[in-house]
Amino acid sequence: MYQIKAKILFNEKIISGHYKMCLYAPGIAREAKPGQFVHIRIKDGYDPLLRRPFSIHRCEGEKIEILYKVVGRGTEFLSRKKTGNEIDTLGPLGQGFKISPDLKKIVLVAGGMGIAPLYFLAEKLNRENILILLGAESKGKILYLENLKNLNVKVQIATEDGSQGYKGLLSEFFFHLLKENSQIDLVCACGPIPMLKKIAQLSLKYKIPCQVSLEQRMGCGIGVCLGCTIKGKSSYLRVCSDGPVFQANQIRWKEER
Amino acid sequence: MNINLKSKLGRISLNNPVLVAAGTFGFGEEYTALINLNKLGGIITKTVTLEPRKGNPPPRLTETPAGLLNAIGLENPGIDVFLKEKLPFLSQFEAALIVNIAGEKEEDYLTLAERLNEKERIDALEINISCPNVKEKGLIFGTDPGRTFLLVKKLREVTNIPLIIKLTPNVTDISEIAQAAQEAGAEALSLINTVLGMSIDVETRRPKLGNITGGLSGPAIRPIAVRMVRDTFQKVSLPIIGMGGITCSEDALEFILTGASAVAVGTANFIDPSTALRIVEGIKEYMQRKGIENFEDLIGWLENSV
Ligand SMILES: Cc1cc2nc3c(=O)[nH]c(=O)nc-3n(C[C@H](O)[C@H](O)[C@H](O)COP(=O)(O)OP(=O)(O)OC[C@H]3O[C@@H](n4cnc5c(N)ncnc54)[C@H](O)[C@@H]3O)c2cc1C
Ligand SMILES: Cc1cc2nc3c(=O)[nH]c(=O)nc-3n(C[C@H](O)[C@H](O)[C@H](O)COP(=O)(O)O)c2cc1C
Ligand code: FES
Repeated sequence: MYQIKAKILFNEKIISGHYKMCLYAPGIAREAKPGQFVHIRIKDGYDPLLRRPFSIHRCEGEKIEILYKVVGRGTEFLSRKKTGNEIDTLGPLGQGFKISPDLKKIVLVAGGMGIAPLYFLAEKLNRENILILLGAESKGKILYLENLKNLNVKVQIATEDGSQGYKGLLSEFFFHLLKENSQIDLVCACGPIPMLKKIAQLSLKYKIPCQVSLEQRMGCGIGVCLGCTIKGKSSYLRVCSDGPVFQANQIRWKEER
Repeated sequence: MNINLKSKLGRISLNNPVLVAAGTFGFGEEYTALINLNKLGGIITKTVTLEPRKGNPPPRLTETPAGLLNAIGLENPGIDVFLKEKLPFLSQFEAALIVNIAGEKEEDYLTLAERLNEKERIDALEINISCPNVKEKGLIFGTDPGRTFLLVKKLREVTNIPLIIKLTPNVTDISEIAQAAQEAGAEALSLINTVLGMSIDVETRRPKLGNITGGLSGPAIRPIAVRMVRDTFQKVSLPIIGMGGITCSEDALEFILTGASAVAVGTANFIDPSTALRIVEGIKEYMQRKGIENFEDLIGWLENSV
């Protein structure tokens, strides 16, 4: 775990409201595993007060990348950062995806920003038989398709308005896939909670191991404050340090909205 | 100049006056990767209760202007796990070790104090009578001078460990409670705990916290805390650990000049884990600049007009 002033190598808009930021962070880049995150202090002073968590999206040499969407004050400030600025970065944090080498067919389900950690996973796995399901509202909002083409993975798309690929929700698309395909060894999913809930429940029903990356408001980001908990089967779980990646059967989905 | 940062809280000796506040540093384990715990003046643990506590339903945190609203609900592993797993780890550091405890009823506090009594390495107990986030008693001790007096007096009878009483700002006159603690034999006072608050998501028309209300901390509460330290300093003679929104040495010095013998860093640990250590350096630098050799000469060194 490192706390560093990371230099911003670039911070560019990829589509409306979505940005990619590249940081010079050698220690973090060396140790990061897919599913882990960095906790970023957006700026000095009290507004915003707390750090903001972002999944590690890629690592290359001594650089890391994050992919983010502007949703509030913090991400708005972040989007205005310039190349050469330094930014206080803590990481790598949390538990990533746990994937044994003998698994054959792995399906990655990415709703919206969920592609951020799953791209890193796909890149690291670098093996045959990886299928990525990408979900977005419409064609223009699909993230990262071009870069995925460079990886040795299959990509299928669902858009809510049907402007590309399957028309409907990603979870419905996933359901069709399950009905047709019986040899899935593992599902890894990241995205909005309602989607994750459906993916997790379907995977559990079809008895396919499933790992999900969850989000919660964070304080410390390192397991101290007990502020980021979600309801697990037998106790509360800390998203920052017990997760953010959990086995789907660890979570009490009934209570997630 | 030879700067002496040592401070005393009654029988408790501190290498320097900067501590970390309860619930914002866990039991120290996580922060060892980021800072040198030996350089802290003291470590105050997360509140420990008799039985393990699960805490409140999520969400437990929300950010407000310059503040953090939390309703953790005293989640902790309980005294047995603390003694077995946390205390040995915490015992290795040079920083003063202060164990924060809370109970639902008087006997809980007494049992906890007895169980911690023989542990030599513990420098003091901080008695949390001020948590706003639990449905049970907790706060009723801290808002009632009579009950505060009785609790501290009984604790004094079962243990010889110095007792620091942690006060809530959610009262009309904090110095009354402080006085009661002093009369009952407390060693020192900690103030303030969080300020009761609430925040609402107007889109969903729901409270932002699972517990509905929470405790506010961070820079937003600092002026409240400074004023309360001043009131208390003027009315009681016990040494004070000042806390509430401290993020840098200027913040810490506000508390010290108005009467705190030590300060504790809370929420700022989450933002920058090195805050407490930076404050130690900042106080040293200030003393050099003002030509003051002994930290204790800074305490209450306030001009009382503008
Ligand atoms: C482990 C983890 C990994 C994440 N990875 C990414 C990522 O790769 N890319 C990305 O764009 N975002 C990611 N997020 C979400 C990101 O942290 C929030 O969008 C960000 O903190 C919002 O800050 P803000 O100040 O802009 O918004 P605020 O003004 O604080 O809030 C705006 C809205 O965002 C919601 N929000 C705020 N913080 C969070 C949070 N921590 N989790 C969920 N919702 C939140 C609020 O409820 C509110 O509706 C991740 C969150 C976690 C916990
Ligand atoms: C997340 C969180 C958890 C806390 N837990 C405890 C606790 O267990 N016991 C306690 O006495 N105070 C607890 N506090 C209160 C702090 O110790 C401190 O009194 C308060 O936060 C004011 O200081 P600050 O503004 O620097 O954070 C907690 C505060 C926060 C923010
Ligand atoms: S954010 Fe503090 S425990 Fe997870």
